[in-house]
Amino acid sequence: MAALPAIMKTTAARLSALYLILFAVCAIALVFYMTSFSLRAFTTQTQSAVSEEVQDLARIFRRGGLPGLVRSVDSRSRQPGAYLYLIADPNGRILTGNVEELEPGVLEIDGWSPRPFWYQRYSNPRSDRRHQAIAQIFRLPNRMIVLVGRDMGEPERFRQVVRRALVLALGVMGVGGFLIWFFVGRRALKRIDEVTDASRRIMSGDLSGRLPVSGAGDEFDRLSANLNTMLARIANLNEGLKQVSDNIAHDLKTPLTRLRNQAEAALSGKKKTADYRDALEGTIAEADQLIRTFNAILMISRLEAGYSAEATEPLDLNAILGDVVELYQPVAEDAAVKLAIETPGPVMINGNRELIGQALSNIVDNAIKYSAGNSQSPEARLKLDCEDKRVLLTVSDNGPGIAPEDRQRATERFVRLEKSRTQPGSGLGLALAKAVMQFHGGEFILSGDGNGLTVTMAFPAEDAGS
Amino acid sequence: MKILVIEDDREAASYLEKAFTEAGHTAHIAGDGETGFTLADTGDYDILVVDRMLPKRDGLSVVAGLRARGNDTPVLILSALGEVDDRVTGLKAGGDDYLTKPYAFRELLARVEVLARRASSAEAETVYRAGDLELDRLSHSARRAGKDITLQPREFRLLEYLMRHAGQVVTRTMLLENVWEYHFDPQTNVIDVHVSRLRSKIEKGFDKPILHTIRGAGYMLKAD
Repeated sequence: MAALPAIMKTTAARLSALYLILFAVCAIALVFYMTSFSLRAFTTQTQSAVSEEVQDLARIFRRGGLPGLVRSVDSRSRQPGAYLYLIADPNGRILTGNVEELEPGVLEIDGWSPRPFWYQRYSNPRSDRRHQAIAQIFRLPNRMIVLVGRDMGEPERFRQVVRRALVLALGVMGVGGFLIWFFVGRRALKRIDEVTDASRRIMSGDLSGRLPVSGAGDEFDRLSANLNTMLARIANLNEGLKQVSDNIAHDLKTPLTRLRNQAEAALSGKKKTADYRDALEGTIAEADQLIRTFNAILMISRLEAGYSAEATEPLDLNAILGDVVELYQPVAEDAAVKLAIETPGPVMINGNRELIGQALSNIVDNAIKYSAGNSQSPEARLKLDCEDKRVLLTVSDNGPGIAPEDRQRATERFVRLEKSRTQPGSGLGLALAKAVMQFHGGEFILSGDGNGLTVTMAFPAEDAGS
Repeated sequence: MKILVIEDDREAASYLEKAFTEAGHTAHIAGDGETGFTLADTGDYDILVVDRMLPKRDGLSVVAGLRARGNDTPVLILSALGEVDDRVTGLKAGGDDYLTKPYAFRELLARVEVLARRASSAEAETVYRAGDLELDRLSHSARRAGKDITLQPREFRLLEYLMRHAGQVVTRTMLLENVWEYHFDPQTNVIDVHVSRLRSKIEKGFDKPILHTIRGAGYMLKAD
């Protein structure tokens, strides 16, 4: 019995029970309505039959007087049938008829008996079972009592049949409900249990696990398929996160290891004061690089967290372009890289000067670094362009470029493509620039035709109104 | 100079106290915003170094409270936050400079020394002098030992900043902030290249170096 509450906890069982009760109530109500209706109809019919018989006997009485009536009642009493006849003296003593005994008080009624009463016939063998009847009672001029009635045994039987049918129907319904619960509910329950088991496995860490899909295409399958898609997405994100943390671990561990090694090397062997100073300065430079990397990671995270209207203002992109070019001009000259600028003049956008300046610096820095490898005529071209709905700032170099298949990866955090691992930098430059563009609701596009890399920063154009 | 450090991280605070003392300054420590406010309000400090997140009363409210009372001691705000507009919020509250954690102590020291001096030095001088080097802010001209030096506008601003803080260490980020007005961390040696160009203009042909590189920190303009 301990299992019963557990079963009742399942939706299928609850629903089955609810439907069963509802159906039963409806069936019982229907049956009661029908029986009472039938009974009323039957009673009316019986009453009219009795009335006819009374009229018949009244005719006989008018024609043949009391002796004729008695004779007729006597003869009718002997015939088999459902009619009751009785003639009694004014004191209620039965003189003739087919009724041996009847409910006390019935003979004092004048007219229709208000409800069925019990009686006992002569002809019937005595039994405990009393018959029920309705009757019309009236008095002759000489105070004699005449009763004409009809047995109600038939509606009684009818009621029994209906009752039996009702019990049977309810029984069938109960069994049916149980069967439905067993086959449909249990099946649904089993599938939900399967899903529960699968999700428990997944929760315990097995992200490769998937929910069972039966192939029936029903709602359970749709649910499972959707959840599976969600799981695949989570697994993907998880994988990405793992990769990022691996990269962070690598890119932070490497300088940390160098830092430690430098300190260790400084301690070993006999050193002059100047050596210690050199070693310490080296470790500090390494630590500064770490701090720089760390700050860049934090900044990217903040930028990815979202746009803040307070951090932007209308500004001239052309001026920023000029600033950055001016800042990098000497570096470019030292690297023998030509910086070419093409701009239509002031272009207003909504943005954050610091962020755009930093992003553009990173890109120009890269462009100079990579085009410097081109022995022919190293060049970095900066171009500002206004389109209908956006402002394009492109920086193209004629360095080695990035292979199309690597471009997506190049803007991810900490990805320094193998070829460029030897170049200095945190590996966060492009990732930061991309985050800045995301922050501005713009796009960051890497392209190129195999002859250098083109970086496009596409800003949404400032609204005409503002 | 007298420095008040309002910082709740005891280890960081005692390190700062020690480092400032070694650099020849006097540093006092306050462990929370309330104590810090009281000390700053009553004490006679040359500069306050205020952590942004403090127990009892946050850093920005301390600074704003001091400013409301007419206290204009220079304030450098330290923050572990890195939101895009944090610097703006910090400066709006009355801070004079803003440094994000983690930072290098030399960066902090350089900024603190420059800030404290800013309060005392007369900024209105029209001619800066360092040894035989002379910079006229009105005529936008520079001379060394009587010889005119031709400078690009940006080079002029660079030299102007270096000379205003002659004898003090200025870091690369400080130069980028004050000469180019960008607050990011220069990726490569852009600033070094600008400085070395300026150096060749003001040192070439003269016997004494005047613009010194301070290893691991930045630059200092100083006549012997």
